[in-house]
Amino acid sequence: MSSEEQAENSVTRLPWPEQFKALAEQSKSPILKAYYESGCVSPETPLSEVPFVALDFETTGLDANQHSIVSIGLVPFTLDGIQLGKARHWIVRPKLPLHQTSITIHGITHSDIDQAPDLNDILKDLFASLNGRIPVVHYRNIERSFFDVALQWRLGEGIRFPLIDTMAIEAHLHPDRNPSRWQQLLGKKPVSIRLADSRLRYGLPHYAAHNALIDAVATAELLQAQVLHHFSRDTRVADLWL
Amino acid sequence: MQAELIDIRNHMAQYPPFDEMAEELLDRVVGGIEVVYFKAGSQILEFGEPSNWLYYVRSGAVEIYRRSGELYNRISEGEIFGQFGLLMNRKVRFPAKALEDTLVYKIPGEIFQYLWENDDNFADFVEIEDRSRLRSAVSRREKSNQLMTSKVTRLIAREPVSAPHTVRLQEAARIMTENGVSALLLMDEEGEKPLLKGIITDRDLRTRALSEALASETPISEIMSEDLITIRSNMFIFEAMLTMLHNNVHHLPVMDRDEVRGVIALSDIVKYESQSSLYLVSNIYHQQDVKGLKKISLDVRDSFVRMVNEDANSHMIGSAMAGIGRSFTQRLLALGEEKLGPPPVPYCFLALGSMARDEQLVVTDQDNAMILDDSFVPEEHDEYFLALAKFVSDGLAECGYTYCTGDIMATNQKWRQPLRVWKDYFTDWIDNPKAEALLNSNIFFDLDGIYGETDFAEQLKTLVADKASNSQRFLAMLARNALNRTPPIGFFRTFVLEEDGKHQKTFNLKRRGTAPLSDLIRVHALACGSRAQNSFERLKAIGNTKLLLDDDLGNLRDALEFISIVRIRHQALAIEADRQPDNNVRPEDLSPFERSHLKDAFQVVSGAQKFLKFRYHAGVARNV
Repeated sequence: MSSEEQAENSVTRLPWPEQFKALAEQSKSPILKAYYESGCVSPETPLSEVPFVALDFETTGLDANQHSIVSIGLVPFTLDGIQLGKARHWIVRPKLPLHQTSITIHGITHSDIDQAPDLNDILKDLFASLNGRIPVVHYRNIERSFFDVALQWRLGEGIRFPLIDTMAIEAHLHPDRNPSRWQQLLGKKPVSIRLADSRLRYGLPHYAAHNALIDAVATAELLQAQVLHHFSRDTRVADLWL
Repeated sequence: MQAELIDIRNHMAQYPPFDEMAEELLDRVVGGIEVVYFKAGSQILEFGEPSNWLYYVRSGAVEIYRRSGELYNRISEGEIFGQFGLLMNRKVRFPAKALEDTLVYKIPGEIFQYLWENDDNFADFVEIEDRSRLRSAVSRREKSNQLMTSKVTRLIAREPVSAPHTVRLQEAARIMTENGVSALLLMDEEGEKPLLKGIITDRDLRTRALSEALASETPISEIMSEDLITIRSNMFIFEAMLTMLHNNVHHLPVMDRDEVRGVIALSDIVKYESQSSLYLVSNIYHQQDVKGLKKISLDVRDSFVRMVNEDANSHMIGSAMAGIGRSFTQRLLALGEEKLGPPPVPYCFLALGSMARDEQLVVTDQDNAMILDDSFVPEEHDEYFLALAKFVSDGLAECGYTYCTGDIMATNQKWRQPLRVWKDYFTDWIDNPKAEALLNSNIFFDLDGIYGETDFAEQLKTLVADKASNSQRFLAMLARNALNRTPPIGFFRTFVLEEDGKHQKTFNLKRRGTAPLSDLIRVHALACGSRAQNSFERLKAIGNTKLLLDDDLGNLRDALEFISIVRIRHQALAIEADRQPDNNVRPEDLSPFERSHLKDAFQVVSGAQKFLKFRYHAGVARNV
């Protein structure tokens, strides 16, 4: 293990608030420095006092090293309200060509993309909504890895942040979601932890449209419902963040 | 609104009142929304908490309750709740609970207000439960007060305790003690049915029998009170309270035609409403000097604020405040007589203006006068009456009733005259009306004898009632004066504002609201020969003569009630915020609900003024 790797390791093992302080000192990019300096709530903070931001990326595929971000939606919220007035949505130009399949999924066309800015041009606005808030996503492997890779490319530096993953919460709640063949014969259906299916279990409405912003709103609503059904407003944020 | 939130906008656009809303307005609504999730069974709104949001149910179901806990409504997808709290006083009127897991869109109060002002369809929709807007605005306030909704019979706890009026003092006292009552009814039992003849109370026994050391064999009829003030069994508790306040009695027999149903005592009402202004009044009579009265006068404003917060109506508050003012005056007169000795000739002390009309509020000056017996000789007697008038006037000023700037007070020799001079005054005002002179004497046409030979005041009332209705010139002149002050409403239903002392744009709710109304009601009342003084009573009297249509009368009554109650609430808020109460209101201090209904009310006043001008030919100058 090189000394550099050792230093990094000792930072990444720190609790999140201390880690943010250390990263703020190490970071060379002003935008990331400002992000880390905006701080991270203490692990003991009750969920009712945590400022969250629901975040959703639409991408051209599942591999951060091969595919690109196409659009970003976010909405700031707390357990008491999701502030639609502060919701934001951007379409960004992917580094790699758009697959026909992602056009049909996201409804984003080549002409949208041609006029879109590079992620670099919206970073300032994007971080204005992220600073000081804990991101909430549904399936962390997309947002965490795509954001890290995209910033490595543009700023020469990746990003580390705690997040709450509503899909991980559902996975935890339904450990036996894939019934054995024997159980299937008895009529047991598999439990889906996809966003739309998870929402149904909490009586949350179906959204017809499919875009990064409405998915972010849907994720925020899902977390509110999960907390009220399975945890409490006083639960420590450290019990849920990853 | 971010275009990607179209799903949310489209959902709302399916349901009224959003279905007919302009797109850009609906975008604005969505841009203000906060989304929040409630688990089944959890409380969404608690009664009385501040209400700052309108709620739209996106999914799930919500139950709305009355304050009593009774289920009022069930709300589901696409419906709204919380509008009543926003419309009324920004406090939750109807608690709400999630029946199922529910997702709601909270729309901020500011946006609600904007929609309410700019989208007629929206305004109509959220007010759907009050078709006739002004009327229900008034009646809704009244509903919440128990004094207003309960009949006096509810206070009767037992059969009336009575005795023949022929019993002796000791026997009467024994019956009262045995039955544990503080008042005994005395009946004339000679006829077919016993008739109520008089009443004797604990207080009478102390003041009239014990202190005079009367023999126990004295016939009770010698000390009982006769010509009783009674109340009908179908009247409301607040009316009983007003009767007690007005007449300063502590017991009221409740009658069904000529049969006694029971007796209610002041203490029954105080028990019912422990913060009652009656309590304050009874305290006034226990004070032994001006200093004591001054101390009590500090409670008057609290009593006022309490009545406002208990949703009393303007008639009740106006009467209670007038009753309190009257009691201060009466007590000061009694103290003055103790100090100066008994009056050399009989006299009557007159209350004028708002006190006589039973429409007094907290910011008020003193308007009073004295009618002296015709045997009055100025050189011999006036020194006494001037001293008494001065004692009362100074005492009232100490208690917060400022001196009258127009010098309409008994301390002014002109308004301290024998009955025959007063009769000449009124005859002259009515037979030779001059607009300018009448403007200053307007206030004398609201008069009430509150102490001494009140019959003198009644004689003046009779004179006015007989003469005024026959003098078209007088009525025309009075009507012309009543048109001097117009309501503050412009052609396009906008408020017409004036700059007040603090350079703020305001309108004056007294000068341009309640005063023009009571002025025009007075003209009609005098035209139909009514002796009533209170504006609501006058409207009743006008109704009996068919001078105005029932609809117009109802509108006038509602307008008077609404403007008065807004004025009263404005003053109560100032007192609670430790500011000096006044009549100048800034439109932005009113709720959208109040603003809109005030405009309705001012339009009623405006229309009534037009009719007044036409009815009494007040537009034509007739005395030049």
